[in-house]
Amino acid sequence: MSVETPSRTAPPPRAGARRRRRVSGGTALGLGSAVLYLSLIVLIPLALVVVRSTDEGLGYFWKAVTTPDAWAALTLTIGASAVVALVNLVLGTLIAWVLVRDRFPGKAIVDTLIDLPFALPTIVAGLVLLALYGPESPLGVNLAYSRAGVGLALLFVTLPFVVRTVQPVLIELDKDMEQAAASLGASPFQTFRRIILPNLVPAMLSGTALAFTRAISEFGSTVLISGNLPFRTQVAAVNIFSQIEGDNTTGAAAISTVLLVVALVALLALDLLQRWGSRRG
Amino acid sequence: MAIEVRDVNKSFGTTPVLRDVSVDVASGSLTALLGPSGGGKSTLLRVIAGLEHPDTGTVRISGVDATRLSPQRRNVGFVFQHYAAFKHMTVFRNVAFGLEIRKRPKDEIRRRVMELLELVHLERMADRYPSQLSGGQRQRMALARALAVEPEVLLLDEPFGALDAQVRKELRTWLRRLHDEVHVTTVFVTHDQEEAIEVADTVVVLADGAVEQVGSPSDVYDNPANPFVMRFLGPVTEIGGSLVRPHDIEISTEPRPGGDEASVTRVVRLGFEVRVELLVDGREAWAQVTRGTAEQLALAPGATVHVRPTPGARSLALTGA
Repeated sequence: MSVETPSRTAPPPRAGARRRRRVSGGTALGLGSAVLYLSLIVLIPLALVVVRSTDEGLGYFWKAVTTPDAWAALTLTIGASAVVALVNLVLGTLIAWVLVRDRFPGKAIVDTLIDLPFALPTIVAGLVLLALYGPESPLGVNLAYSRAGVGLALLFVTLPFVVRTVQPVLIELDKDMEQAAASLGASPFQTFRRIILPNLVPAMLSGTALAFTRAISEFGSTVLISGNLPFRTQVAAVNIFSQIEGDNTTGAAAISTVLLVVALVALLALDLLQRWGSRRG
Repeated sequence: MAIEVRDVNKSFGTTPVLRDVSVDVASGSLTALLGPSGGGKSTLLRVIAGLEHPDTGTVRISGVDATRLSPQRRNVGFVFQHYAAFKHMTVFRNVAFGLEIRKRPKDEIRRRVMELLELVHLERMADRYPSQLSGGQRQRMALARALAVEPEVLLLDEPFGALDAQVRKELRTWLRRLHDEVHVTTVFVTHDQEEAIEVADTVVVLADGAVEQVGSPSDVYDNPANPFVMRFLGPVTEIGGSLVRPHDIEISTEPRPGGDEASVTRVVRLGFEVRVELLVDGREAWAQVTRGTAEQLALAPGATVHVRPTPGARSLALTGA
C-alpha cells in the first residue's frame, strides 16, 4: 500500500531556526519600539528596584527581609496567595465549566459579572467585602482584621483569572473527542479525567499562576478588611508602603525584590508548563 | 442481522431528520448510507451508535435491544469525519484507550495495539502525537482505535470527507481490503456515490430523512427505484420523457425505429470519452460516446442525428415531469 511515508509528515517547527533569521526593516522598527517601550515602562524601573535593594550590601538586604514584621508579611502574602491560587484552580475551573457547558437563565449576566473584580477599583472591593463580612455583617460573619479576611479579599480580586483562561479552551474543546471516548467504553467520569482534564490543565495552571502573581502584589482590597496589623494581617505590599513612609527605601526595595523574584519564578514555571502543553497540542 | 433499525423517527426541534426509517444490516457486511447532505444519514449512524436518541423506534445490535443503552455499553466502534483524535495522547495511547478502560493486562494491550498499528500501517508512528500526523494517518489511527475494542459493529461517519482526493481514493481501496481481512460489520456514511459503489456491498440511499432504496451497488445503479435515486447514483439525461444514462444513448446518422431527431450543439472531448450535447425536440440532452464512435459519425456542432436509448438500456419514465 502506498500511503504516506514518515518523511512526509511535517517536522515540529524549530523556533531556534526562525529566531536566527534576519529581521526586515519594518520588523526592526516594530521590535525596536517594543523593546524601548518595555524598557522604559517595565525593565529599567524593575532593575532599579533590584539595584536599590542591595544599596547597602547583601547583609542589609537579608536583614531587611528578615525583620520580624517584614518576614511575617512576606510569609502571610505568599502563603495566602498560594491557598487562594489553589482555591481558584478548583472553583475557577468549575465556574468556567458551568458557564460553557450548562444552560441556565441569567447565564449572560453571570458571565459578565465574572469580570467585575477586574473592573472595580480594588479599594472599592475592600469596601464591599467589609460591608458584607465586616463587624456589622448582615450575615453575622465577621472576618475583619483577620487572616481569613485577607484571603477573602485576594479571592475576590483573583476570581476572573482561571475562569477566563479555562473558558475559551473549554469552548474550543472538540466534543467529538468525548463522544469517541464514550463509544470506546469510557464512563462520563473516565472521559472527564482522561480526555477533558488533560486538555484543560495547561490553561488551568496558567490561570492559577496569574492569580498567584496578582495575589502576592495585592494592596488595595486588603487594606480595609485586614486592618494591616503587623505580624498578623499585614500583607507584603502594605508592609512595603509602611517602610517607605518610615523612610526606609532600601528595606522597601528589598521586600519588593523578593516579591519580584517569587512572581518571576511563578511566571517562568507557567511558561515552561505552556511549552510542555503546546508541544503536545 | 447485526443491526436492525425499526421505524425510527427523529426531529431536531420541529425539523424532522429521520422519518420512519427501517434498515437491516447483515452480519459481516460493508454497508454504505448514501445520500445528499441533510438527508439524515449521519443522524441515523449516530442513532445506531447511541450518540443521538430516536424519538420513536428501536435499534437492535446483535439481537439485543440497544435503544436505551448509552454509547459506552453498545460496543460499537465509531470513526468521526474529523478524526476526534485524543490530541494529548500518543498514537499508541490513542489506540490503547479502549483497552485501558477495560483494564486489560499491560502486555496484552501492548501486543494488541502493535498488531492494530501494523494493520493500519502506523507501526512506526506509535510514539508520535496526532498533530504530527497527516489527515490520512490520523483517520487510520482513529480506525485502529475503534477496532481495538473488537466492536460488534464499526460505524464510520464520512470517514474520508476531510481528506484530499488522492488520499481519499487510497483509503477507499484500503478500507475495502481491511474489511475483507477483519470481517467486522461496517456501516459508513458518504455523500459520494462513487465511494459507495466502489466500497460497499450494500447501499442504503437516504433522502429527506427517509430510505429511498436498499440494494447492491449494481442494483441501485441499474434498477433505481425512482428518479431521485437514478439521478443521485450517476449522470442522467432526459430523452422522450424518460430518464436515461448518457452512456445508454445510441446516436446514428440514419433514422431508426423509436429514435428522435436531434441536432448536435457541442462536442467535448474528455480523453477517451466524448460528451455530445444535443437538442432533442427543443430540450437539452447529452450523450456519452467513445472517441471512435464520435469520429465514425463525424459528430460536429450543427449536425443532425438520430438518438434513442440502446436496446436493454435502463430508463425511467418521468410522469408529469
